[in-house]
Amino acid sequence: MELLLDSLFNGVAIGSVLLVAALGLAIVFGLMGVINLAHGELMMLGAYTTYVTQLIFKLPVLKPFYNSYIIVSIFLAFIVSGVVGILLEKTIIRKLYGSPLETLLATWGVSLILQQFVRSVPLAYGTGLVISLLIGLFLPTTFPSKIKESINYKYFKFSSWIFAALTGVLTGSVISSSVSKLSRASARNVDVTAPSWMRGQVEIIGTAFPKTRLMIIIITLISVVAITLFLNQSAWGMRIRAVTQNRQMSDCLGISTEKVDIITFGIGSGLAGVAGVAVSLLGSVGPNVGGNYIVGCFMVVVLGGVGNLLGTVLASFGIGIMTDLIGAGRLLSIWPDMPLPLSNTINFFATTSMARVMIFALIVIFLQFKPTGLFPQKGRMVEN
Amino acid sequence: MSFSKIKFDKKIVLSFWIILIALIIAAPTLLPVFRLNLLGRYLSLSIVALGVDLIWGYTGLLSLGQGIFFALGGYCAAMYLQITSSSEFPNNIPEFFALYGVEKLPFFWEPFRSPVFTFFAIWIIPALVAGLIGFLVFRNRIKGVYFSILTQASLLVFFNFFNGQQKLINGTNGLKTDVTQLFGQMVGSESMQRLFFWVTAILVIASWFFAKWVVKGRFGNILIGIRDDEPRVRFTGYNPVIFKTIIFSIAGGLAGISGALYTVQSGIVSPQFMTVPFSIEMVIWVAVGGRGTLLGAILGAVLINYAKSLVSEALPASWMFIQGGLFILVVTALPEGVLGWIQGDGPRNLLQRFGLKRKIETYPSLEVNNKEEINE
Repeated sequence: MELLLDSLFNGVAIGSVLLVAALGLAIVFGLMGVINLAHGELMMLGAYTTYVTQLIFKLPVLKPFYNSYIIVSIFLAFIVSGVVGILLEKTIIRKLYGSPLETLLATWGVSLILQQFVRSVPLAYGTGLVISLLIGLFLPTTFPSKIKESINYKYFKFSSWIFAALTGVLTGSVISSSVSKLSRASARNVDVTAPSWMRGQVEIIGTAFPKTRLMIIIITLISVVAITLFLNQSAWGMRIRAVTQNRQMSDCLGISTEKVDIITFGIGSGLAGVAGVAVSLLGSVGPNVGGNYIVGCFMVVVLGGVGNLLGTVLASFGIGIMTDLIGAGRLLSIWPDMPLPLSNTINFFATTSMARVMIFALIVIFLQFKPTGLFPQKGRMVEN
Repeated sequence: MSFSKIKFDKKIVLSFWIILIALIIAAPTLLPVFRLNLLGRYLSLSIVALGVDLIWGYTGLLSLGQGIFFALGGYCAAMYLQITSSSEFPNNIPEFFALYGVEKLPFFWEPFRSPVFTFFAIWIIPALVAGLIGFLVFRNRIKGVYFSILTQASLLVFFNFFNGQQKLINGTNGLKTDVTQLFGQMVGSESMQRLFFWVTAILVIASWFFAKWVVKGRFGNILIGIRDDEPRVRFTGYNPVIFKTIIFSIAGGLAGISGALYTVQSGIVSPQFMTVPFSIEMVIWVAVGGRGTLLGAILGAVLINYAKSLVSEALPASWMFIQGGLFILVVTALPEGVLGWIQGDGPRNLLQRFGLKRKIETYPSLEVNNKEEINE
């Protein structure tokens, strides 16, 4: 019983990382049919945001609040990845709607650029760049409508970008002069240390459970609840669902699909940033950190079925629990006296990498019976 | 197409072939061995690019898992080379087995003692694996991005499997071929490398002809039909599953040949051939060269890899930026690739923009002209 509980906990922990990572992907894929291969790199940006926040909170001014940096970094990571995602949508992905394979290639190119960017640009100036993007993209939207409709609007927009660039350079140089670790570019992995209240273990029903894992589960839970509420209760959530179901019809009924696309992509990317915070708690952060998760995320989306949050949740926990059962060889301890050939096979797959082999093979077999995932979208069209 | 245009094309094609053959004959004497070896490797990569072009450019299936078949071909060649040059090692088995305390050769190595078996295995095994994966996926009408994701997942399955099995195939270290013997000579030696260059060059041309033959005629038309509108092909009475499976296993076989040639020229095969970035790179070679043009695939593979090695030698950090930019550029600005752009209206549009060439006549203007003629 205790063993089963242990296995369940571990599985849920693995699954919740997958879930928070796949959540944004599922929304974006469900709405736009866009495969975002840069999703892993948006996660990486979130993880680096956590690292930068941590270092900034070590400054004397913010030292008293150091313990709360992880909470702050969740919001910051959401914003950073969201802004980069919106920029991505506005510049590249918008041109490629309707051709998912092309989007896939373009986002792969973006992911390469982001990886190399983190390697060869000092993080302080990277932060400055993100800040200037943030200001440049959002300052114009706060102008009163009188300015927006005036003929000189483009000059206002232009000057707001100049202001944004100056602010970015300023913050970049302030950060780089005050935090020496951020002033040099480095390709080396960095480590995020959890604040003291998150170290150690908690005992739940007789099993010791690391607090960081618990934190990840909580982050996941909050993200899922927030997203569900947003999609089901808010006006924009309703518009997003409408566009997911039938883009042309929604367009005809006066929903601005352009805005819906931007918002969805921003939220999906922001969730990737939140996932990055979770990932940074698990191990060291490097330029390649996103690549380790991206294929797993895609499997979750494919297995769960497109455009269905429940499917995504079930699929990620299913994959998490299966990974733990197979990878840690737990089946053997649950059923010790199984026949020899079977136990040999299980031992063969009882490593993390071989468990992956097994899981992916199982998913491919599963798709033989349900090609569109657990909860397929219903429709009468021949093709979607 | 007018008569004069065919003649013109023939001339160009003929001169192209003469130049190509002259280059291939001259290359081993002109280039230093290091560069020749690089060129040979890139030529072998162009065979896998041909396969990618067949499935993506002609049939519209974007596979992100061609690395599987590439590596399988490489492993087949490397296993044969290792096992035939293992007579001086303990137990008559390749050297690395001793590291893991393996004394008996794993059963699947046995057939690779035979050169004939290996010769066929290099392309048949990848083709069979590709056919199997393809059939399982296509049977369920999984396509588009789902197909891409699934091929990528299969790539990871194979990568993890080969990476984790030290006792069977030396795991992450891979199999070395440059110190093995073939025809009584070291595979890594200069004369052998020169030989491999010739073999590669001939095989590239042969696979180009083969690919041309495949896409010619009815079979090719159905492939293009599947790319452009699969339901319509199905409603017309064809079964797309069969055609897709066949073309996918052809591409797999080509990838296998390419992998084997690449392995003997680079001196090692390792699970690194099955990493995700490498397989996506194959797609970009085709995309830049021009998808749907076989020559474009070959040129793309050779030129991009050559550029990659030149740039990486000069500015190691910048290649990732360039490559990433290339992905974005080719997708947004040059969707038909360089060759497709040249064959299409690209140059004329460019010249027109500078006011150098007159505008093409469109239907309404033609109509007006005709009317005027009638009036006269």
